[in-house]
Amino acid sequence: MALRALANGKTLGRLYHQQIRGLQTFSLPDLAYDYGALEPAISGEIMQLHHQKHHQTYITNYNKALEQLDDAIAKGDASTAVKLQSAIKFNGGGHVNHSIFWKNLAPTREGGGEPPHGSLGWAIDQHYGSMEKLIAKMNAEGAAVQGSGWVWLAVDKELKRLVVETTANQDPLVTKGASLVPLVGIDVWEHAYYLQYKNVRPDYLNNIWKVINWKYASEVYAKECP
Amino acid sequence: MVMASLTPITSHLTSHFLSTPEFCRLSQSLHRSPRQRRCTRKSVPEKISASIDLKPPPYALNALEPHMSKETLEYHWGKHHRGYVNNLNKQIEGTVLDEMSLESIISASYNKGDILPAFNSAAQVWNHEFFWESMKPGGGGKPSGELLELINRDFGSFEGLIHEFRLAATTQFGSGWAWLVYKEHKLDIPNARNPCPSEQDKKLVVVKSPNAVNPLAWEYHPLLTLDVWEHAYYLDFENRRTDYISSFLNKLVSWETVSSRLEAAKVLVAEREREMEEIDAIDDMDTIEPEDTYMYFGSDADE
Repeated sequence: MALRALANGKTLGRLYHQQIRGLQTFSLPDLAYDYGALEPAISGEIMQLHHQKHHQTYITNYNKALEQLDDAIAKGDASTAVKLQSAIKFNGGGHVNHSIFWKNLAPTREGGGEPPHGSLGWAIDQHYGSMEKLIAKMNAEGAAVQGSGWVWLAVDKELKRLVVETTANQDPLVTKGASLVPLVGIDVWEHAYYLQYKNVRPDYLNNIWKVINWKYASEVYAKECP
Repeated sequence: MVMASLTPITSHLTSHFLSTPEFCRLSQSLHRSPRQRRCTRKSVPEKISASIDLKPPPYALNALEPHMSKETLEYHWGKHHRGYVNNLNKQIEGTVLDEMSLESIISASYNKGDILPAFNSAAQVWNHEFFWESMKPGGGGKPSGELLELINRDFGSFEGLIHEFRLAATTQFGSGWAWLVYKEHKLDIPNARNPCPSEQDKKLVVVKSPNAVNPLAWEYHPLLTLDVWEHAYYLDFENRRTDYISSFLNKLVSWETVSSRLEAAKVLVAEREREMEEIDAIDDMDTIEPEDTYMYFGSDADE
């Protein structure tokens, strides 16, 4: 959809104008690994669809909503600006969440599944008792999400504490608390697992831990809790 | 269909075994006999609690091919819908909700928006039954008769309805449902009544709802639904929800069912109106006692 729009001269003109005004648009980030590299935990088919179709669609629609918002603000059209908020939350949230998700995953031969050793590992043991207990809690909460959403391990940067949270649809984690910083997010929308695990979300949750990139989570944690 | 698959097993069994709970569990676990949900338990007296059934679609699981695959029906009905039924029965067992009809369970657990745990399961059971019945092999085409008249009146044209329905189904973000409903004109205030009711008020409307919520919550009369949870279309269409919506509208929707639901809704609405008229008639007959007027004037009227 975005590619066809770009071919239109009027849109090109508007994009140029917006660059002058400083409206940044977004593009699909690359994965640090091949689509098939997370198998057998997550199939290459799912990874490709998830990245190239779902995430791309969020980006396309986010850019469109931002453009419309920019217009509405420039014209002082308050009701349109307000009406666009849900499209921004859905699609912008989808972009934010998935960008984190790709970094949360790594092939096993590149450390995926390897538990964290430094300060994050210690904090997990301190707060939850053990990695197994944390995983059990996140799996239970992830399985219990009604409909579509995410389950998160986060650090509250004010309280310096680990937190497990869930969000609905594509709500970003900050909607649950402004001081929450995501460390590990697991997408529990059906598109994240259906082709491989069908209705058995608990199996997906059990298996995804084999490819969770704790190195990235540790880096984020260390930055917030030095 | 069932007996053929069980013949090799039953040849080893006595007829006694056929009426035991063990056999019932065995036959249910084979998943081949959706119609054979209850076995008679003549030899073992057991307390049978009222429970919600897994109702099969009114057609075979492969009957909607190629527009909705057998594989989809096997998972969607056989796992998702069945899962909601099983969860619901577990949740209501031994509670006041047990013994109630499905619609009563839904309205009790909806609890005016302060949703109780059984709601998700109950509503999803209802929604899926309603969904299977909204489709038929060789469906699609156009509605006719009174349904078409109302569609033309309330949407301008059949194409107008289709446009709105598609929009609702496409823009229901996350999981949910798109609906065509028959809406009585009611004010949203609990004990108010429409001061100027007219035939034009009873309208067809397209609505969308998230997750398990359905228009019964708003006291609308549902006529048609489309499941837009990803599990409804992912095996056949992957992320292409728009193609799924087209397939449903062009090849699967049963307008006859929608028409008969509209008939039933109109009957219900007419009955309700008659009841309201009777209540009004009784109210008019009441005389106001002199003492009552003092209530409006506060304490200086007290004796």
